[in-house]
Amino acid sequence: MLLIECPWCGPRDEHEFHCGGQSHIQRPGPAESVSDAQWAGYLFDRLNPRGAHAERWVHQYGCGRWFNMVRDTTTHQILAIYQMHEPCPVPSDKGAGL
Amino acid sequence: MTADLQPFRLASGGLIDRTQPLTFHFGGRAYTGYRGDTLASALLANGVRLLGRSFKYHRPRGILGAGVEEPNALVQLGSGDRSMPNVRATEIELFDGLTAKPVNCWPNARFDIGGINNLFANFLNAGFYYKTFMWPSWRLYEWAIRKAAGLGTVPNLPDPDRYENRYAHCDVLVIGAGPAGLAAARTAAATGARVMLVEQDAELGGSLNWTHGRIDGMSSRQWAAQSADMLDAAPEVTVLKRTAAVGYFDHNMLTLVERLAWDPAVLARDGQASCCLWQVRARQVILATGAIERPIAFAGNDRPGVMLASAVSQFVARYAVAPGRRAVLFANNDEAYAAAFGLLEAGVHIEAVVDPRPVPADFAAALTARNVRLFGEAVVCDTKGYKQLSAVQIRDNSGKTRWLACDLLAVSGGFNPTVHLFSQSGGTLRYDEQQAMFRPGVSRQPVISAGAAAGTMDLAAGLVEGHRAALASTRTAGVSGPGDAPLADPARPVQPIAPLWNVGGGKSKAFVDFQHDVSVSDIALARQESFVSVEHLKRYTTLGMAADQGKTSNVNALAIMASLTGRSIQDTGTTRYRFPFTPVPLGCFRGPATGDLFRPLRRMPGHACHAAYDAVFEDFGGWLRPAYYPLPGETAHAAEQREARLVRTQVGLFEGSPLGKIEVKGADAGKFLDLIYANTMSTLKAGRCRYGLMLNEQGVIIDDGVTAKLADDHYLVGTTGAGADRIAAWLEEWLQCEWLDLDVIVAPVSTSWGVLTISGPAAREVLRKAGTDFPVEAGDFPHMSFREGHVAGIRARVFRVSYTGEVSYEVNVPASRVAELWQALIIAGEADGIRPVGVDGWMVLRTEKGYLHVGADTDGTTSPLDVGWGHVLKKKNDFVGKRSLLRPNDQSASRLQLVGLRALDGAAALPIGSHIVPRAGEEGSGGYVTSSSLSPTLGRGVALAMLIGGQRRLGETVMVIAERGQRPAEVVELAAYDPSGERLNA
Repeated sequence: MLLIECPWCGPRDEHEFHCGGQSHIQRPGPAESVSDAQWAGYLFDRLNPRGAHAERWVHQYGCGRWFNMVRDTTTHQILAIYQMHEPCPVPSDKGAGL
Repeated sequence: MTADLQPFRLASGGLIDRTQPLTFHFGGRAYTGYRGDTLASALLANGVRLLGRSFKYHRPRGILGAGVEEPNALVQLGSGDRSMPNVRATEIELFDGLTAKPVNCWPNARFDIGGINNLFANFLNAGFYYKTFMWPSWRLYEWAIRKAAGLGTVPNLPDPDRYENRYAHCDVLVIGAGPAGLAAARTAAATGARVMLVEQDAELGGSLNWTHGRIDGMSSRQWAAQSADMLDAAPEVTVLKRTAAVGYFDHNMLTLVERLAWDPAVLARDGQASCCLWQVRARQVILATGAIERPIAFAGNDRPGVMLASAVSQFVARYAVAPGRRAVLFANNDEAYAAAFGLLEAGVHIEAVVDPRPVPADFAAALTARNVRLFGEAVVCDTKGYKQLSAVQIRDNSGKTRWLACDLLAVSGGFNPTVHLFSQSGGTLRYDEQQAMFRPGVSRQPVISAGAAAGTMDLAAGLVEGHRAALASTRTAGVSGPGDAPLADPARPVQPIAPLWNVGGGKSKAFVDFQHDVSVSDIALARQESFVSVEHLKRYTTLGMAADQGKTSNVNALAIMASLTGRSIQDTGTTRYRFPFTPVPLGCFRGPATGDLFRPLRRMPGHACHAAYDAVFEDFGGWLRPAYYPLPGETAHAAEQREARLVRTQVGLFEGSPLGKIEVKGADAGKFLDLIYANTMSTLKAGRCRYGLMLNEQGVIIDDGVTAKLADDHYLVGTTGAGADRIAAWLEEWLQCEWLDLDVIVAPVSTSWGVLTISGPAAREVLRKAGTDFPVEAGDFPHMSFREGHVAGIRARVFRVSYTGEVSYEVNVPASRVAELWQALIIAGEADGIRPVGVDGWMVLRTEKGYLHVGADTDGTTSPLDVGWGHVLKKKNDFVGKRSLLRPNDQSASRLQLVGLRALDGAAALPIGSHIVPRAGEEGSGGYVTSSSLSPTLGRGVALAMLIGGQRRLGETVMVIAERGQRPAEVVELAAYDPSGERLNA
């Protein structure tokens, strides 16, 4: 069970949060100018690194605010927590996978 | 009668309370024991050594160990609804009236029909089930295999016990109250840090309870008792006994299982819980979990009477029991000799000591002085005695063998530090060739191992390690520590261990995993079939997969596999250690969430009003809602039909409080809603409502509802009841993550407002009579509009929207005033025959009108185009899901599309969920019926369905697969009743 430091509420148990998956995904638009491949990429392509992963979380059963986190997918060490609008301080491992 | 009670109980000594004799039953016979006994020690005291039969071969088995590592002595404890299968006799604290039975044998352990398996042992080796019981069909054998599977039996009755869940935080969590753990806890406590000390035994002390040493000038037992007193007195220290730490998770979160009672008489007491599941978050963890002894593999090493040497020591010193009368010690390490000296102290005859090394000189001298025969550089290679060990065969270096009569063989192949939790925490292990053991290597979390758990077998060194671990832990926790380590007498120099995994030779099987009956030849077979990875070895042979999870077998097995494959033990590695360390009763995980608390249902604010009308309540999306209100003698169907008819002809009263209500306010409110909805909301005029569909980015409908505009910067968004919380979170997600610059806030108010809907041709009259401070005439309050003011003197928001197809007013009042409004409406509607309408009737009405119900008429693939909302493609601005609707597959004419169906063969309603026969060229299902009711108004069934290409097939006849045969149905418009909406706009 991860111990997550909500930027507003402090350290709380993982149960209070919901993970929104990979962060810093750019929503392409306007719709008419987006190719099928680009749109499919936005919907389905995700990094799957063995190592640092930038993802977004929401304190669902607390303050309800979203924030960003960089988490190591193998050790579950939390490397960084920062606001939704801030840039990622620790780049995700590009992760060639296995 | 009492003369030969407990013939193997020693006259004195032990931590048992001889003033408290207890009576218990095992296998139908009565015995006595003492308070402080385990079931195992009490049985041994009574000379009961045959405890059951092994899993596969039904070989007679006895007690091997004294603690959680015990693989053989599993019993069925208790009877009736409290009967528990596969409990280790070595862990059960004896209580008066205890009853237990052996498992996996019939009719009893002594004479077991299943013993016949032993004759077929050669055919039942590892992997036999992959190769047998296949022809002509495995199903033929399934019944017999299921009956033979498993050991004990699980009661068919509900578990009557209470289970608790507790949570705690601490600075230092010490697991294990042996010498290292006690030293750590004492030091940590002295700093004033918040300490938790967890011990799975009923007593603190660990090995101090059955070894003899001196610490700080007193006996080790006295020191343990002194430590216990000190810790009890320290205000920031919590000591949990009978508590096993079973799992180590992320960020120093550990799960503990505390057993609160064994005795059913105690468990039956009001408020008594049987177990408590703890989840503890610690700044620092100290693992002082000790080490578990491992046996040696040799032919016939599984007979009753073969025990681990440290178990022999425990039974003698702690429980004052002689596990036999004529013992042999077979050990490759110095620690195990304590068992021999313990037996001699207790007056048990030792026939011989066998050691593959030269017997250490000081031991040799002491033993020879006691007339014990010594066989150095020799091994035990075989045994005799089917139901009870009777002799062992010794082989020396030259190959010469001899048999010695004995009834107890104390075996030790060395010790394995209990690294399970360390490994679960992510720590790596390293194999120490000198000490022949896996020891904790690199930690991944704030955890320190101390004592035997770290591979430090010496008492003095272990105490120092525990002390230092606590100093390091409290320093990091920000507290400063004093003091010296506890001081034990220096130990004798230790002769190194000579690793011995498998003796070899001999006629019988040499067992490695006792509980799953896996032998050395099975490991060789796995190697032969190329299952050489330890994870493959495990699954192929099932070694390490039983309830004991290989505590006495894993390391032996991988060492044997290492030698068979010419790899080092470090390279061979261990299998992955997983939670839980010891078995956990399932009840612990549900805790108090059982019965009514398993899935708490939400009650609407008007609940009592519905109950007063004899409502039959059902679970609708997590809310307890009235399905119907039967009159005396009325069936559910009749009530549903009557209630639906009432709305069409007079007026019905329905509670819609679960509906989602979300305030959306700000300069960009309209812009935001235009992005969220598939259709446009910003063009609404103030005081008007519009029905909308919300999509996800796949273009799939996720919710629908009516939104009202109060002002350009203020909207009230309506959602389905099931979607209320989900959609509020959805709106927040888009605002916080994607469109951070929009000037709008979102406030869910779903449970602040209760909703009572009056619907029917007389609804307006009822509203008038109830009293409003705004005009209600048709022209003043048209369909799809919104008014704010007071109804029956209660502050109200009123939406003239309809899910029934009749004139309807959804009156929103503060939730606390719903009952008041209910009374006012009942009185106002009395002359018009107002009565409550349940969800069943409500669904009939909307099905007659062809109004979709998200989740019933739509699924995880349904887009607005599929339900006739092609006009959303004309919307110029962006909205969530828009791009997906432009994909070729979303525009395909052969998608499932929502249509109405009218049965052509009679009035009976079509079955919901029935598939529609596909057309030529179509594969699989042609579609299915999504909603269906009997319409009391039309006198026939009405149905909606998803049909391939349905929008272009109006007038076609399709075949619906019914319970028997097929039924013809015509594809019709969605609305079967009042398609033009005349009644709505009245």
